Amino acid sequence: MSKGDAAATPQSTAVSFRDVSRHYGSVKAVDRVSFDILDGEFFAMLGPSGSGKTTSLRLIAGFEQPTSGSVIIHGKDMNGVPPYDRDVNTVFQDYALFPHMNVVDNVAYGLMIRKVPAAERRRQAEEMLEMVALGGFGQRKPSQLSGGQRQRVALARALINHPSVLLLDEPLGALDLKLREQMQVELKAIQRRVGITFIYVTHDQGEALSMSDRVAVFNQGHIEQMARPHELYENPATAFVAGFVGVSNLLQGAAARAISGQDGACSIRPEKIYLATPGSAVPANAMSVAGRVTTILYLGANTRYDVALESGGEVTVAVQNRESHFEPAEGEQVLLWWEARHLMRLAG
Amino acid sequence: MRSKAATSTDRSKGEAGWGLKAAAWFGVLFLNLPILFIVLYGFTTDDASYTFPPPGLTTEWFAVTWNRADFWAAFWLSVQVAFVSMLIAIVLGTCAAAAMYRFKFFGKESVTLLILLPIALPGIVTGISLRSAFALGEIPFSYLTIVLGHATFCIVVVYNNAIARLRRSSPALLEASMDLGANTFQTFRHVVLPNLATAILAGGMLAFALSFDEIIVTTFTAGQQETLPIWMFGELARPRQRPVTNVAAIFVMIITFVPILLAYYLTRDTDDVAGSGK
Repeated sequence: MSKGDAAATPQSTAVSFRDVSRHYGSVKAVDRVSFDILDGEFFAMLGPSGSGKTTSLRLIAGFEQPTSGSVIIHGKDMNGVPPYDRDVNTVFQDYALFPHMNVVDNVAYGLMIRKVPAAERRRQAEEMLEMVALGGFGQRKPSQLSGGQRQRVALARALINHPSVLLLDEPLGALDLKLREQMQVELKAIQRRVGITFIYVTHDQGEALSMSDRVAVFNQGHIEQMARPHELYENPATAFVAGFVGVSNLLQGAAARAISGQDGACSIRPEKIYLATPGSAVPANAMSVAGRVTTILYLGANTRYDVALESGGEVTVAVQNRESHFEPAEGEQVLLWWEARHLMRLAG
Repeated sequence: MRSKAATSTDRSKGEAGWGLKAAAWFGVLFLNLPILFIVLYGFTTDDASYTFPPPGLTTEWFAVTWNRADFWAAFWLSVQVAFVSMLIAIVLGTCAAAAMYRFKFFGKESVTLLILLPIALPGIVTGISLRSAFALGEIPFSYLTIVLGHATFCIVVVYNNAIARLRRSSPALLEASMDLGANTFQTFRHVVLPNLATAILAGGMLAFALSFDEIIVTTFTAGQQETLPIWMFGELARPRQRPVTNVAAIFVMIITFVPILLAYYLTRDTDDVAGSGK
């Protein structure tokens, strides 16, 4: 199929949405969404539940058909094409391993369907299991595995067909924090090794930022912003993105006007703000504002200060706990300053 | 003696009062003693009445029963009816369960009720309604009409087993199969059927046992044919060779008990089969 051509030109488009909508009655799960995902890209769809990210993934897999618009995979319109005729495979949220088969048969399922001889598919399945560090687990039943192991089996089962696109539906959602962080590193390594497009659905902004080449932030059926993780964090396009990706101080109305001198919402990250004694000199390219400390939270690596601004509004400041820094007490007057380029102006 | 042994092993779970124990043992004996009597009178030397204690014990009735052609005719008819009813129930019950699980349609709840109705209705209602329906359609009573009568309630057993298993397995399994390249038929063959197999088989066994000893519906839907229960009922009315009925009853007990035990073992460890998806 088109798999070979795609690998030859690494920047060709793997998946495109052209004005795609998926409505359930009056509910617009996905509403006129368009985007392109490139070959070999690690692409995250980030958003709260009900934002349309999972529906978008199911539209690519073929479990849903668009109400209007078209889903294009490697240049072919997929309207009406069933899941089993698409060159994509899925790692499901609850793994969906076949409970009546052992691990090897689960992994080899795709090969069995394509009538690969038994000995050959067993060999390939064992090889896949080695890749996900589950060598020797082949004869076990899924019910005898831990959550993390099941997750790896699901990954091996999806990769054995060598799809051009791998879809992952919150694959780490059911794992505990340590395992989740470890799997993030492994997933990224596996993606580099196999070199195919990964489309990764998650509501965890940390996962999206750490693994992805690009992130699309979904909200209420549309995409708020699509950008590289760094840009998403430093230059959120909308108030929703600023609030959903990382922590930020959202300033609106009079408080925003007092700081930026302009109408319209703006936002600043807590770690970009410096604390100083009132009346200190600040660098030429900095903006400053006076306030009073209301709350101090010691968090180990850093300390969080909530500061009430004289111009109204409140901001949170995160200060790293280095050897010596200015440590105001609660109720003390302080001067806040930051480099002007860190103030983010928001649309909407 | 027995109750004392039970007491010492169950001490950790707390003691039941002696009144409760006595009531429980009375219940168990009340339910099961008559069965023991049936077995006992299969060996009695008195061939006309059931006197207690039996005047003597003999195994000659087994030989007598063995040589009665009418017993074997009734026995084989019952086996055939039960087997064919079971097959019909397996096919139709599984299809009905699959449809009810998979699709939403107008009047679905009513259809579910209609499927379950034959087992809830008294046998006599099913029997009379079938009989009048056969008469209206001018269908002569035969082996087939008995099978149709039995299939009505056998389908329910298979349907119930299959739908319970389907409801416990994750719908994502079907999507996973399709996602890996299997079409609808291959998904049914490799995922749905293996997950359902034990449930369907267990349902079939129960259906067989239900059909084998059915008498009420059979009375209304049989013509000249005698199934084993009907033959036994007729035998009881005769003055001679009474213990032959008891021997036949022992046969029925064994024949129905084996499938029920098998059904129990087939559905016992199903957590492993269907549970881990959710």
